[in-house]
Amino acid sequence: MSTRVTQGVAVRRPASTGRLNDLLEREGSLGLILMAPAVIILAVFIAYPFLLGIWYSLVNARIGVPGTFVGLDNFIANAQNGIFQQTLKNTFVYTAITTVFKLVLGMALALLMNQHFRFKNLARAGLLLPWIIPTALSTLAWLWIFDSTYGIISWVLKNAGLIQRNIPFLGDPTLAMGSVIAVNIWRGTPFFAISLLAGLQTISQDLYEAAAIDGATAWQRFVHVTLPLIMPVLTIVTLFSIIWTFADFQLVYVLTRGGPTNSTHLLATLAYQIGMTAGELSVGAAISLWMFPFMAALVVAVLWYQRREQGL
Amino acid sequence: MSADAQVVVQSHGVGLDRSSPIKRIFTFWTPLLAFIVITLFPFYWMLVASLKPNRELYNLRTFPFWVFDPTLDHYRYLFTNTLYATWLLNTLIISIASTAISLLFGILAGYALARLRFWGAGVLGVAIFVSYLVPQTLLFIPMFDVIKTLNLGDTRWALILTYPTFLIPFCTALLMGYFKSIPRELEESALIDGSSRLRAIVEIVLPLAMPGILSAGIFAFTLSWNEFIYALVFITTTPMKTLPVGVVNELIRGDVFFWGSLMAGALLGSVPVALIYSFFVEYYVAGLTAGAVKG
Repeated sequence: MSTRVTQGVAVRRPASTGRLNDLLEREGSLGLILMAPAVIILAVFIAYPFLLGIWYSLVNARIGVPGTFVGLDNFIANAQNGIFQQTLKNTFVYTAITTVFKLVLGMALALLMNQHFRFKNLARAGLLLPWIIPTALSTLAWLWIFDSTYGIISWVLKNAGLIQRNIPFLGDPTLAMGSVIAVNIWRGTPFFAISLLAGLQTISQDLYEAAAIDGATAWQRFVHVTLPLIMPVLTIVTLFSIIWTFADFQLVYVLTRGGPTNSTHLLATLAYQIGMTAGELSVGAAISLWMFPFMAALVVAVLWYQRREQGL
Repeated sequence: MSADAQVVVQSHGVGLDRSSPIKRIFTFWTPLLAFIVITLFPFYWMLVASLKPNRELYNLRTFPFWVFDPTLDHYRYLFTNTLYATWLLNTLIISIASTAISLLFGILAGYALARLRFWGAGVLGVAIFVSYLVPQTLLFIPMFDVIKTLNLGDTRWALILTYPTFLIPFCTALLMGYFKSIPRELEESALIDGSSRLRAIVEIVLPLAMPGILSAGIFAFTLSWNEFIYALVFITTTPMKTLPVGVVNELIRGDVFFWGSLMAGALLGSVPVALIYSFFVEYYVAGLTAGAVKG
């Protein structure tokens, strides 16, 4: 990003300073000292638990029982389990559908917000709310909206004469999955919109005017000017969102707890139910670890893309 | 959906918008209003439910979109019959403490990565960035064990020490970007004048990085306030719970839903983050995009 004009500082401090001061002045040592607190926290609470998680997945531990080594048995048992297969499929379907919608709607919203209009700042503040507010709490509003007796969508449709009986938004497997997906889109679209808006604002108006003079239609301007220029932002935002969505937990936990009859579980909620609620730590840890290959591929994609963009 | 996008595109390009006011209603105001209504309706719906007396809340014959006989009973119930105030306090303490730790460590690491040349800088930089992308849901089961081993189960420390795992990477990345944008010459002239490096950091770099520190702080506070799964797994007793977990797990008892106080609790629990955010929205957006885009 920024080119380094000067490399280091060629100033030696007087020799009278003590050894500690010396360590704090030299870049090689000061750098490591400043990094140490962050690195220690991340080592203890990310690297170590990760290794421990792998260990757990290879033994048959339960809460209060250390367990013995069983190799890949937990993963094999997962793969042969119908609920797990359904969960794995759900996780991919959930991630794919919500990402497409969040991307398209977020793009649309960003284009709207990129225009000049009154109360723009107020609108932007309001539109970002679903992203700010604790998901567990805002999802409760949706739980009430989807309620089987007092749900407002059913009330409106019933009073408009469009349906006879309330829609079981969370009581039917397909509808429940659809409801969970809808709430995730509602929650995630603002993040796409605001990030893409920041990207749009860096595009010079001159480019659009030049394209318009050359006779480009609005759609052509979008495809040939806007899209290529915001591609870096769009790619990173999408990759980030895929990672978060794939690992989602609270939305499903609050809306359905994985039900009805385990039809809306994601890997994280199933891992919680098996590992924590049922106390099967090893099986739960193995379910969580199924996320890992997919996560690792995405993280590599993010790193690779950022390197390429920065021309490193 | 794609129809929406196309409609938008037609009126895109501020400088060359030739569309008539009538056309603008369809291509701009209608879709924008639809977005706003759908986005904000759940919050309005929470507010309405939290103010309705039960006889109105559970009556399918009254017009539901308005409160005819508002009451604060549901809010009162939260503070008299539940530990809501305790959860609020827990969440506040945990969020402030974990934000402070993460900011401090993030400033140190961000400065080192932005300015200093030392052995392993490249690897550590990538490692911190990668840990930003590790979701809590991948680690919560072994983490539960680590917390137990450290004897931190069911304490605020369990969360104060683990939240920095996702806050430090974010703060570090964001602040590294800020530090890089501050001209080196400012520090170097101070060093030449005989100031120590730490003093140059505190007196020259930190004041200039204030906007970045503020946006990292706001973002970190919001993330801690919203955290759910660690709080759900590491905290077991009701008085130690955080607000999101307390509301979700304690106000829903089996099949009995206290919708009024549930909505009141959810709304009230959202107010602190909403307030902070509305005061600092510019910093927030800057931080959000910096974190997402620059990584």
